[in-house]
Amino acid sequence: MEAQKERSMILQKEMVSGLFNELGRAKETGRKVCYTFVPGNLSELIRTFDLLPVYPEINALQSAMRKKSAGYIKEAEKNAHSEDVCTYVKCDVGMMMKGNFGPTGEKIPEPDILLLSYTGCFTFLKWFETLKRLYPNAEVIMIHTPYQEAGKMTPEMTQYMVRQFREEVIPKMEKVTGIKYDEEKLKYHLNLAKEAQDWIAKIFETTKHKPSPIDAYFAGVYYIGPINIGFRGTPEAVEYYKALYEEIMERVRLGLGPITPEGEMKEEKYRLVVEGPPNWTSFREFWKLFYDMGAVIVASSYTKVGGVYDLGWRHDSTRPLESLSEYCMNCYTNLNIPQRIDLLSKCITEYSADGYVTNSIKSCNSFSAGQLGMMREIEDRLEIPVGFIESDLVDPRYFSYSNIKNRLESFFQMLEQRKKIVKTETV
Amino acid sequence: MKKSIEDILKECRELAFDLKFTRSRNWLKENPKGVVVGYMPIYFPREVIHAAGGLPVAIFGGGDRKEIIKGDAYYQSYICHIPRSIMELALDKHLDHMSGFIFPSICDVIRNLSGIFRQQKIGKFVKYMDFPQNFMPSIGGVFYQQEMQHVMDYVTELTGKKVTNEDMNKSIALYNTNRSLIEKIYDIRQEFPWRLSITDVYHIVRAGTVIPVEEHNAILEDVVEYMSGNVGIPQDKIKVVISGAFCEQPAVGLIRAIEDAGCYVVDDDYMLGSRMILGDIASYTSNGLEAIANSYIKQSQYSSSIYDVDDPKEHRLAKIVKKRGADGVIFASASFCDPSLLDAPIFQNAFNKMGIRYIAFQFSENINQYKVIKEQVGTFSDSIKLWEGEPA
Repeated sequence: MEAQKERSMILQKEMVSGLFNELGRAKETGRKVCYTFVPGNLSELIRTFDLLPVYPEINALQSAMRKKSAGYIKEAEKNAHSEDVCTYVKCDVGMMMKGNFGPTGEKIPEPDILLLSYTGCFTFLKWFETLKRLYPNAEVIMIHTPYQEAGKMTPEMTQYMVRQFREEVIPKMEKVTGIKYDEEKLKYHLNLAKEAQDWIAKIFETTKHKPSPIDAYFAGVYYIGPINIGFRGTPEAVEYYKALYEEIMERVRLGLGPITPEGEMKEEKYRLVVEGPPNWTSFREFWKLFYDMGAVIVASSYTKVGGVYDLGWRHDSTRPLESLSEYCMNCYTNLNIPQRIDLLSKCITEYSADGYVTNSIKSCNSFSAGQLGMMREIEDRLEIPVGFIESDLVDPRYFSYSNIKNRLESFFQMLEQRKKIVKTETV
Repeated sequence: MKKSIEDILKECRELAFDLKFTRSRNWLKENPKGVVVGYMPIYFPREVIHAAGGLPVAIFGGGDRKEIIKGDAYYQSYICHIPRSIMELALDKHLDHMSGFIFPSICDVIRNLSGIFRQQKIGKFVKYMDFPQNFMPSIGGVFYQQEMQHVMDYVTELTGKKVTNEDMNKSIALYNTNRSLIEKIYDIRQEFPWRLSITDVYHIVRAGTVIPVEEHNAILEDVVEYMSGNVGIPQDKIKVVISGAFCEQPAVGLIRAIEDAGCYVVDDDYMLGSRMILGDIASYTSNGLEAIANSYIKQSQYSSSIYDVDDPKEHRLAKIVKKRGADGVIFASASFCDPSLLDAPIFQNAFNKMGIRYIAFQFSENINQYKVIKEQVGTFSDSIKLWEGEPA
């Protein structure tokens, strides 16, 4: 069945295509290209230096959605990459080995800068060590983001990052681009970033309505696109999120549920919070397993991977470099396990979720290591049914439809049973 | 020598795998004001805890000597083995005499394990030690000093001890001696690997991670004295360097199997933390933390957990191979070990170009069936010993 597309999806597609077109023309326009990652992405700084961003993990997930990732992974594994490591890395390396044609078919230009603001994921570090060897002419810029090990950002952590910005990141960006650092320009982008963050926070809060007007996981991954892949800090992103919010509020006014690939969801039976990234190789099938059962995701950790805005943190143009630093430190996977548990518990409570599901990704230890302990704690703390499924990011070999379906069916039975008990107790 | 080599080896074998950590429990009785602090692989500057009146004790998991029951409930099957065996040790009260736990920044698994320890409220303090990935002394070095200061504050709050420059310098000097003696053992083995097996060396070095450094230095001095004599009988074996086993440790049987299969291991990264700093740390300064920070930034060994901006690890390993006169490299990675496995293509592609011979396999700390690995290593050894230099 042809997917029913929301206006926001179309808008996003246009923005992404525009970026890939610009990347395709980078050589002729002379614009410099910066490879970087979503968590801790420095969109505002990248724009200040007029760089074009490339996000290897976005290329990987889009390759998976277009069924190209298996071939790329195979190519990387032929070159000594282990079966057991991050499949984003292998998909990206394989894509490069096959000519570096991006998901839209455009050739992706080589990087002038490898910008590693490594946030909450050690694999990013290893990934860029690999890329550094594949692109020896690129300038490598590493900014170490301290982990929130004690559950907070301290002034010394911020200062450490600010000094890296001042003494390493900015001078190297100036050298490569030939553009002098303009703090006023950065502030302009930071102000726009804050506006976009205000909107996206409001958008994800709309799931407090019953029925929820959106799915905060499966549709949520589309909503976080512009803010995470280089458009944060632009007027276009602000306009996009404003339009999206209005669109969603209209659904709230009409009492409508989320739109799925098969049309509008008629009945909201279960409200869930999901921890972990989605599977991208069978994204549509994966989503269907939920909406067929009337399950709506009202909050997810994955949509916070490029920034946690729920708790009020925003970019602040009066403290530009401090603000960039705090942004990096405040991405979901840079939070410690107790912080993650608190955040998810807050979502479950405030969004009136009926259950909690962990999608454990085989090749992503940044998310997966500790998930079982988190699940147990949440179950004990909130006395809520919990479900556990396993899949992978972009390796189709690790998506087992039957296994996931069986586990989810048992989970939904548990939810149903609990609803009956709660209803009986209420009566 | 104060003790016979047989007695030393027996003692070290017991200490290295004493999962009850008896020596540190006894130390606590002897030093009622002291604290025992557990630290995970790879590297931690033990000088800091020593100077603050504590005893640093390494936790390398349960190996093949601890049945995992509860730990498996915390970790999925596709996560390496060490966090589940550490959890098992913690939940079975093997670590209950330790006041605090330090989790150096190795990988996402060990980092998140620190969070599980926090969540479970294990110990009086839990510290994830964020080693700098910025290598400018004025930036990364300062941050690292702050990280060490946090650890020192945790410990001194418990011991009540005020750490002086003299304390720091004394601790640094003791660990300088320790590293120097260990290097001496490796240097002797480079030339005379038959004088003491790698298994014995492993036990000796590992024992040093669970006892006071002063006691370990005494052991090492005796071992060096023993190895300086003309002992043992040379065998026809190739020389290899082991790389990749820096966190989760292979079972001793596997370490032994590699030498039994025809390889003298002339260098390795099993106990990388004990050998992380190359050379001495300045032990006569007014700022010991700065001296340790500088040593980490300027004179540390390569590691899969350190971003190798200007000094690529493949060239550093190649230098070790050359220095030790090794015939090849054995890449031994723990299953599902991200840092080690993600480095594999980098090393292997480079070594293909450099003409350095290697083989690679994976292990798990609790696996004690290594027939296939032994055959693989034996074939590797034979291919170099028997056919090297033969016309194509």
